[in-house]
Amino acid sequence: MYQLLKQIAVTGIKTEPYPEVDESLRVVGERLQADILASFAGALTIRHVDAGSCNGCELEINSLNNPHYNLEGLGIRFVASPRHADMLLVTGPVSRHMEVALKRTYDATPEPKLVVAIGDCGCTGGIFGESYASCGRVSNVIPVDVAVPGCPPTPVAIMQGILTAIRARKK
Amino acid sequence: MTNEGGTAAGRQMRMDGLDIEFEALPGAVRAFHAEVNEAQWLEGCRAVREQGGRLVALWGGDARSARGGFIMRVALVAREGLIILMLPLTGASYPDVGAVFPAAGRMQRATRDLLGLAATGADDERKWLRHTAWEADQFPLRKDFVSGRRPHHDLSRELNAGEPAAPRVTGGRIPEQTTFEAPAPPLDAYPFVRVAGEGVHEIPVGPVHAGTIEPGHFRFSIVGETVLRLEQRLGYKHKGIEKRFEGMPLADGVRLAGRVSGDSTVAYSWAYSMAVEALATVTPPPRALWLRALLLERERIVNHLGDLGFLGNDAALAFGLAQFLRLKEDCLRTHHALFGHRYLMDIIVPGGVARDLEPEGMNRLRSEMNALEQTVMLLKSIYDEHAGLQDRFINCGHVTRELADRLGLTGVAGRASGQAWDMRVEYPCVPYTELEVRMGSHRNGDVAARVAVRFDEIFESLRLCRMILERLPLGEIATAIPGVPGGRFGVGWIEGWRGDVLVALETGDGGRVARCHPHDPSWQNWPLLEQAVLGNIVPDFPLINKSFNLSYSGHDL
Repeated sequence: MYQLLKQIAVTGIKTEPYPEVDESLRVVGERLQADILASFAGALTIRHVDAGSCNGCELEINSLNNPHYNLEGLGIRFVASPRHADMLLVTGPVSRHMEVALKRTYDATPEPKLVVAIGDCGCTGGIFGESYASCGRVSNVIPVDVAVPGCPPTPVAIMQGILTAIRARKK
Repeated sequence: MTNEGGTAAGRQMRMDGLDIEFEALPGAVRAFHAEVNEAQWLEGCRAVREQGGRLVALWGGDARSARGGFIMRVALVAREGLIILMLPLTGASYPDVGAVFPAAGRMQRATRDLLGLAATGADDERKWLRHTAWEADQFPLRKDFVSGRRPHHDLSRELNAGEPAAPRVTGGRIPEQTTFEAPAPPLDAYPFVRVAGEGVHEIPVGPVHAGTIEPGHFRFSIVGETVLRLEQRLGYKHKGIEKRFEGMPLADGVRLAGRVSGDSTVAYSWAYSMAVEALATVTPPPRALWLRALLLERERIVNHLGDLGFLGNDAALAFGLAQFLRLKEDCLRTHHALFGHRYLMDIIVPGGVARDLEPEGMNRLRSEMNALEQTVMLLKSIYDEHAGLQDRFINCGHVTRELADRLGLTGVAGRASGQAWDMRVEYPCVPYTELEVRMGSHRNGDVAARVAVRFDEIFESLRLCRMILERLPLGEIATAIPGVPGGRFGVGWIEGWRGDVLVALETGDGGRVARCHPHDPSWQNWPLLEQAVLGNIVPDFPLINKSFNLSYSGHDL
């Protein structure tokens, strides 16, 4: 236990350790919190749906909760059920086999809801495109507010996508 | 056993007690290929099994235009190396391999879904990768498949009318009162094996899971909290990768290969490039090969760090998640700075690598890895001494050595159950031939063992990275790939962080990809997860699942 506590103390606070990302992150953070306060009573909940990705985007979504990005520190939290969610974060080209599950998840999310499509595949279908097995981009299946390109997009880009969706909602 | 002339392309090889003449395939993999008849197909599999070998992959192809029929291939690991048997079919069926290698079962079901080729005598004839995207009489990997024709989702329609029923399950640890359910009504109705008895109920989970993970369906049959049976239904992520490969220029295919399973992008892009280089009989410059190994070991380190963090978190030690994800993030940022991509996608290309490593980058890697090693050692001692964590890890999700051997458990999970398979040790390619990899292994086969193997492998990979940086040859980082004629077949085989990744490649008209089969070790390991969870309680499932950390995308293709 001593070692564990010592390691926590030695590690310190790692959030925003990166100079060039630091500034942009801080700005994003301030705006984001203000917007979340205004639109979603101080907390935004996200349900992630992998609709057929290669799992690269999932790695970066997981990174959002590491100490460097500390998404939860902004009042943004991932939840287990679409019924608890304000936003769907959807990755992948939508495989035909996930089409119905995605639609049902969308229907189960209460209004007002936001959808952010993540990654080149979510934006355009990416390298997988449209085929017998793939519906292509997310907006072919459910309405999308914001699409974040990248293969995979960086955690900062994903955070900015979330912010942009919230701003769009405010207008 | 005679192996006349090593692996030089075109040389012959024979296995004891087997009347099959193998031809060595060109390339970096110690691989042998033989065209066989139905009797030899089974004899070959049995001979390898008796030797103590295992099944790597099984797949089919539509060779009707070139040879007038379909073909089946099976890749096996034998003492000599990778053995590939090719069986030309006269009709649309072939002898079942599942009786010899149970791991073949799902691969055979997938082959039926995609090509309409049936394994005669298989005990489970249910569909596997096909849900609702195409009809039972359509076969996407046949060359005459018309893409685009697809059924509309009719929620009222019974989609599995006429589907084969669930098989009779015998042996294993499955309860005796097993009955077979009538088809459930909606959508992709799939006949799950139903467990009946007093107090038994089912928990359906997925395809959309309660976390940031990939989609799949798990059907638990439980009494109280104890799991009596788990049945997986995968294929939700099937996005037609194998079909997408068809007709691609060889050079372009590497981007797609690198996205079969994003967390193993280095392993896949290396395996694919290795296959292309075998087809073109080209050897990349030594510096490129050593850099590839550096990238592969870095990928292993990064993934193991993430897994160790999530394993701590799933056992309620959030400290572990924060610490390991912090270390992982530092590594990813180093990758971005040195190679331009956090996960090292598209750095390995046919012929070599796309980015060189400068001396200052090497220094950064060295100092980063020294610090990383110290911190991981400290975290390991914290994990080892944390009573609450060890209580959750030890004896949880147990897979015995015998079961692992019978069902063909491979990769990290296999090594934790006494399956000493590591291609970097047994069939090393350059530069592993000069690195003398020490295999991480454990016999207990529980979550604790899978954690221990991951720690061992991080330390070993750090050692390998240091050696690579010390001995990195100078010179070019890529060589040109000449045009490849049609009708050639080659393989790439790489020990990725999860297990061995195989890419089998065939060229067609104009030297383009005619057929590419990427094989993920998750195929072998998913069925073992069904076994590992038996007798455990439901809340331990996330922990057990994470300790395997299998790829859905790499499996569903």
